[in-house]
Amino acid sequence: MTLRSSAGRPSQLFRNLNSKVALIPMMLVALVVFLGGTIWTVVYSFTRSGLLPRLSFVGLDQYERLWAAPRWIISIQNLAIYGILSLIFSLVIGFVLAALMDQKIRFENTFRTIFLYPFALSFIVTGLVWQWILNPEFGVQSIVRSLGWSTFEFDPLYNSDIVIYGILIAGLWQGTGLVMCLMLAGLRGIDEDIWKASRVDGIPMWKTYVLIIIPMMRPVFITTLVLIASGIVKVYDLVVAQTSGGPGIASEVPAKYVYDYMFQAQNLGQGFAASTMMLLTVAIIIIPWAYLEFGGKKRG
Amino acid sequence: MNLRALKAILVAGVMLPAAQAAATDLEVTHWWTSGGEAAAVKELAKGFDATGNKWVDGAIAGSGGTARPIMISRITGGDPMGATQFNHGRQAQELVEAGLMRDLTAVAEKGKWKDIIKPASLLESCTIKGKIYCAPVNIHSWQWLWLSNEAFKKAGVEVPKNWNEFVAAGPALQKAGIQPLALGGQPWQATGAFDTLIISLGGKDLYMKVFKDKDAKAAAGPEMAAIFKAANEARKLAKGTNVQDWNQATNMVVTGKAGGQIMGDWAQGEFQLAGKKAGTDYTCLPGLGLNQYLTAGGDAFYFPVLKDKSKSEAQDKLAETIVDPKVQVAFNLKKGSLPVRGDVDLSAANDCMKKGLEVLAKGNILSSTDQLLSPDTQKQKEDLFSQFFANESITPEAAQKRFADIIASAN
Repeated sequence: MTLRSSAGRPSQLFRNLNSKVALIPMMLVALVVFLGGTIWTVVYSFTRSGLLPRLSFVGLDQYERLWAAPRWIISIQNLAIYGILSLIFSLVIGFVLAALMDQKIRFENTFRTIFLYPFALSFIVTGLVWQWILNPEFGVQSIVRSLGWSTFEFDPLYNSDIVIYGILIAGLWQGTGLVMCLMLAGLRGIDEDIWKASRVDGIPMWKTYVLIIIPMMRPVFITTLVLIASGIVKVYDLVVAQTSGGPGIASEVPAKYVYDYMFQAQNLGQGFAASTMMLLTVAIIIIPWAYLEFGGKKRG
Repeated sequence: MNLRALKAILVAGVMLPAAQAAATDLEVTHWWTSGGEAAAVKELAKGFDATGNKWVDGAIAGSGGTARPIMISRITGGDPMGATQFNHGRQAQELVEAGLMRDLTAVAEKGKWKDIIKPASLLESCTIKGKIYCAPVNIHSWQWLWLSNEAFKKAGVEVPKNWNEFVAAGPALQKAGIQPLALGGQPWQATGAFDTLIISLGGKDLYMKVFKDKDAKAAAGPEMAAIFKAANEARKLAKGTNVQDWNQATNMVVTGKAGGQIMGDWAQGEFQLAGKKAGTDYTCLPGLGLNQYLTAGGDAFYFPVLKDKSKSEAQDKLAETIVDPKVQVAFNLKKGSLPVRGDVDLSAANDCMKKGLEVLAKGNILSSTDQLLSPDTQKQKEDLFSQFFANESITPEAAQKRFADIIASAN
């Protein structure tokens, strides 16, 4: 401190020079690849680009066509159903599993491994496994039928109305194990004394969880939320492996629309318009949340 | 001593590649992966290897819809293969216009492609601004109804002679526990089946008006309404197929689990591979037995521009091989498609191929939708028809309205 004051007011720019120099490559990557790529995509979404990008502007045509396309509307609806339900269920199931695990049970390691195991599989493998399980001719339906209930019907992947729930089941099977592990880590981080204090006060266990433990686990919940949410927006491979969007277009999702129109239909403009809408959706959710989460702290 | 030995090894290491340089490896990408298709590709590879070069197989599984994006991104991304399959027409048009594909005009002139390739429309769709950019391999037509004789025998009805009889036989098949119409879940299958209904039930003029002239009024008119009604019947017959890939659906017909399938002539390869005989085990009806018109689309090979000169020479060799009469016969017999030249001996062809050749000889040939419509329009059609065939809550009238909108904005 004394040394610095004797040399006059140091420039803010040159403080921690070494670490700033070290940061330059990362900053360049962030600016050029992420920000540059995003801006490039948004700009080209206003053009008539086909297989190759081309700067011939058509205004909002691509967006008008996008929102008139039944497939896009179905994709958005599917994402909303899948997103909301998978958020709720993976948090609830994950937390309940973690809380049960936390009761000092025997073979905890074994159970933890079993529950986390699906997460080690890629979405493609998960999708294929559940495609077979839910296939009416080999899977659950045929097993139950062979047990005697010959009219039993369970074929979510071949029914347009409920196909998205078939995908949801596979998504939850794959993802809840991770949520459980994060929650378990959070629970283990809670001081033992808090439990002792609540027991002394005679607070029932479920009330301790809801009113004391969960609020204390806020950072864990936020981390989990971000992980689940990013997984939801980019859900693509699971759908491709399980149904490839079918039956018909009943299980399409936005990311698949982007891919199909960019590469199969050779219409980059349309694909970019769709991906820009995805970005916008994420921004609408993230920005207010980030403002509440980080903006508040600065003031405080 | 040791040093000398090392030297000898090093020299040998340099000499060996030099000796092999005459045989150039050429990677060829394609999406021919079903049994009959793979057998046909082997014939092509054999023909190319005989020229002293080496065919490096780059098969991409999962039909054209999966394979084409991979091929295109490799070419635009600066990692081009030696040669690649496309359906000729408009799929590779922008790649050619961007100067990424090799001009084959010299090879074509040397081989007199203009005189030998029949129908001429095949070469026309390879030609952009007067230059030839692809080598057609085969002619594929969509307008076939494949029937399992065994299934109809089991149901106690005669094997139908046209689409109308087939529809009439539907209930009898259902009663016998047989799936009347097999239709896989891939979007292009529903679209192809519908386009086939337009030609076979609606006729040539309607097809050309809608897809060539992009006449939205015709697309919304009463003639098309009749087609949508027929498609509605077809989707009732196809309900419950529950398979994805076309060859799985074809297999249902091969094994007699399904009565019939509307599928292109590539289905023939699957029947042959299963050892079935045309006429006795299965029946094929070109033009669904009604309007005997076939669309002559097909596959062609495109050759990306490469820097390596020896590879460019190998590309020329491959282009010559593809059009070679012997290779044409061997390849197309295995694949079940028709050869691109009229002057080859196809006495080994079976009943179905002969029927196709007859139609071809009559000149009842139309351009395929791949040639008439942009991939963008094709994709929109696929979205519509895959939804229409899978979801019975969409009425034919609503579907027709959406179809007319797509045609109005088509390019």
